This record gives sequence, C-alpha cells and structure tokens, in this order.
Amino acid sequence: MLFELEHVAMSRGGREVLRDLSAALPEGASCVAGPSGCGKSTLLRLLNRLADPEGGKVLYRGRDVRDLDVLELRREVCLVPQLPALLDGTVADNVRYAAGLWDRTPDVGRMLDLAGLDASYADRTASKLSVGEQQRAMLARALAVEPDVLLLDEPTSALDERARDSVEAALVDLCERVAISRVMVTHDLDQARRMSDWVVRLDLGHAVEQGPARELLPA
Amino acid sequence: MTAGIDVSLGEVAATLALVAVAVGVSFWQRAGLEEDIAIAVVRSFIQLTAIGFVIQIIFDEDTLALVILLIAVMVVFGAFTARHRARHVPNAFWPLVIALGIAATGTLGIVVALGVFEPEPRFLVPVGGMVVGNSMTASAVALNRLGDEVQSSAREIEATLALGATSTQAAAPIVRRSLRSGMIALVDSTKTTGLIFFPGTMVGMLLAGADPEDAVRLQLILLYTLLGSVALAGLISISLAYRSFFTPAHQLREPPEP
Repeated sequence: MLFELEHVAMSRGGREVLRDLSAALPEGASCVAGPSGCGKSTLLRLLNRLADPEGGKVLYRGRDVRDLDVLELRREVCLVPQLPALLDGTVADNVRYAAGLWDRTPDVGRMLDLAGLDASYADRTASKLSVGEQQRAMLARALAVEPDVLLLDEPTSALDERARDSVEAALVDLCERVAISRVMVTHDLDQARRMSDWVVRLDLGHAVEQGPARELLPA
Repeated sequence: MTAGIDVSLGEVAATLALVAVAVGVSFWQRAGLEEDIAIAVVRSFIQLTAIGFVIQIIFDEDTLALVILLIAVMVVFGAFTARHRARHVPNAFWPLVIALGIAATGTLGIVVALGVFEPEPRFLVPVGGMVVGNSMTASAVALNRLGDEVQSSAREIEATLALGATSTQAAAPIVRRSLRSGMIALVDSTKTTGLIFFPGTMVGMLLAGADPEDAVRLQLILLYTLLGSVALAGLISISLAYRSFFTPAHQLREPPEP
C-alpha cells in the first residue's frame, strides 16, 4: 500500500479538521474527493510531512513517515500546491532550482514536455504565465526532483474547462510515460472518476467511503 | 552660543522655540502629535541628562569594566525596543540580544585591534552607543520585514519545502530581502552624506571648534564602522530569528491559509 492513515486527527485554528480518519491509498492513481473544507488539503499535507497529525499515524509504503528522513521523503513524495507558487525568474530557473536541491542536472526541455509545456516556455518569466501555465510549470518543477509519488492539491481548481482538460491530459500522459504514482485532491467527483483508479471520499474530516473509482463513482 | 564646547542650559532652553514651532504645526494641521512631542522633549532631556551623568562617572573612573556594563545595558534595552517593532517574529528577544551583543563587541574589537581607537572609555562609550543604536534600528527593520515576508510568502515557502528544500533553503529569499531592508537606510545615507545632509558627529565636532578635516575623517571612520556593525547585526538577528518560523522537521509553524 502506498499510504495508510490510521486514526488520524488534526485541527487548525482550534477547529477539528480531520477526526479519527483511517484510509488507504494504493500505488497508481488515487483521488481524495470531497466538498470544500472537508480536510482534503490538510490530509495531503500529512502525506509528505508538511504537517504532522495531532493523533494517529501516517504510513508510507508500510513505514511511519516520522521514522523516515523528512527531506528524502519529500523528494520521493512531492507535493504540488493548489495555487501556483513559483520563485522569481524564468520557468527554467524554477526547474533548475528544484533539481539543484538534490544535486541533479535537469533536462529542462523534457520536464516541460512531461508537464505539457513546449520548450519555448523555458525562458519565459514564471510570474507572467497564465495560472494554467504556472500550474504546469509547478508540475515540471516537481518532476525535476525525480519523485516516485506526486501529491496534487486541486491542480485544476483555478482553471477554465479548456485549461483543466489540458492539465488533466498532461497528468495522465505523464504517469503513462514515467512510473509514478499520484494522489490528487479534488472537490469534483467527475474529475475523480476521470483521473483515478481508487477514491477516498471525505466529509467533515472523516473518510466516509473508499474503493475502486469505477465502483464508487459509476459514470 | 559661542564657538567652543561650553553649552549653557539657557541655550538649550532657547531651542524650545523650535519645539514650539513643531507643536504649532501639529496643532494647526490637527496631526495630533502635540502630546507625543511634549513627551519626546521631556524624555530626551531626562534620558540624555542621565546618560550624561553616567558617562561622566565612567570617564572619571576610567575603567573598562564600566564600559562593558554600559554597553551590555544598552544591548538589552536595544533588544527590548527592537522586539516591539518585530512583533510578528516569535521570541525575537534572544536573537536581538545576541546580534546586538556580537555587533557591538565585534565592531569595537575590530576598530581597537586596527588601532583606529584607543581602548579607553572616552572612545568606546560614544562609539559603542552609536553602534548599538544603529544596529538596533537595522535589526528591528530587518526582523519586521522578516515577519511580514514569512506571512506574505508562506505559500512560496511551503511550495519550496514540498520539493525537499530545508527550512534554510526555503527561507533564503526572504532572509536576503530582510537583510537588504535592514541595511538599505544606512547604505543610502552613507551614499548621500555630505551632499544632502551633514551627519551628527561631523556637525558636533564642527560646532565644538574642531578642524573640518578631522571632523570629516572621524565621521568617515564612524560611517564605515556602522556599515560593518549594521551588516553583522542584521545578518545575525535574521539568521537566528527565521528558525523560529519552522519546526525541526522543516515545517512552517503557521502554514498558509488553504
């Protein structure tokens, strides 16, 4: 199993966000789906230890994430946040920065290609791209650290339908071309059905059901 | 006032006419600063008179132990004052004490070692006071900026942590910007000194009847000394303070709003 959450509890600003949450996420393409404010993003941040739960534990491939080297965990399990948050400079600067954290020399063109951007984006100023383009630049940057798992926090929530389709296609194509698992958080059940084999549905900080997407979310 | 260094209380009192101008302007424009101006005038008179007596005692005793004690007190008060400016930085007091302490002792140590000043109270007390004062201002500005930057850049910081960056790597851009912010005022005033304004030491020496060449050289020594101390204080205070925003597991203590 890729991730297991056992009786996880978490609060934020005095409000209970996750409560006694137990769920499993297998290798491959998974989605955590649920309405806004149900704790999806909080759950995702626990998977690569951007936060630690106040109760319960999180296992990554059978080992408690707190027993692993946190930096190596984040290289293996890379999170792409909901809103683009690129550094100053060009897209290539961002990709090289991420790779440089791990002493890697990236093939910027290939990273952009995997993320659905053509090579001409390399020299473009990151802050001047559209949100959809920035989202894909974030993806290219994450790929530069050569992760085993991508955590995607509502990667298309700020996009129009056309840009959303483009990012979804890039993600599906990417995971077919490189052996990489992904866990995507979404409020959109149609997207969860399109983009995943396994779904965990959250409501009010609790896992209400989980299983194969085709069974839980029939077309 | 005649040329020389004898200044009577009457002459000091005469300058209250200019304070009256300040009060008048505030009253006329309803700036609401009359009370603050009055407090500032009274406090500056009491504080400077008191420190004058203290300095006189230190000069009379002529012992380095009292100089060290005075600078230590200034460092602690400086850290208290700067902490209020850096209100978004948790536990800012100790980074400030360490930064001001190292800036003061390091800078004074270097200028004494280079033979610029004799290790005597009459040099160390005024230079130490300027070093601590300027370092305090620079550190307060730098930490204030640091606190604001961590809040406004939380998403970028966390996105970088999510790639496996350490907290030091993730904070590097805001550390750079905060240090620059703390130092820029002194760098700019050093650039324009002599053109747009005459700095205090030079003015004081000229009023006291010193040769302009000596006044200029001493002023340059102090400006260059202050540049070093401000850089040291800014760097140390930020380098220590940014850590308080992160856990040992390289997590932001206050994550960005979802």
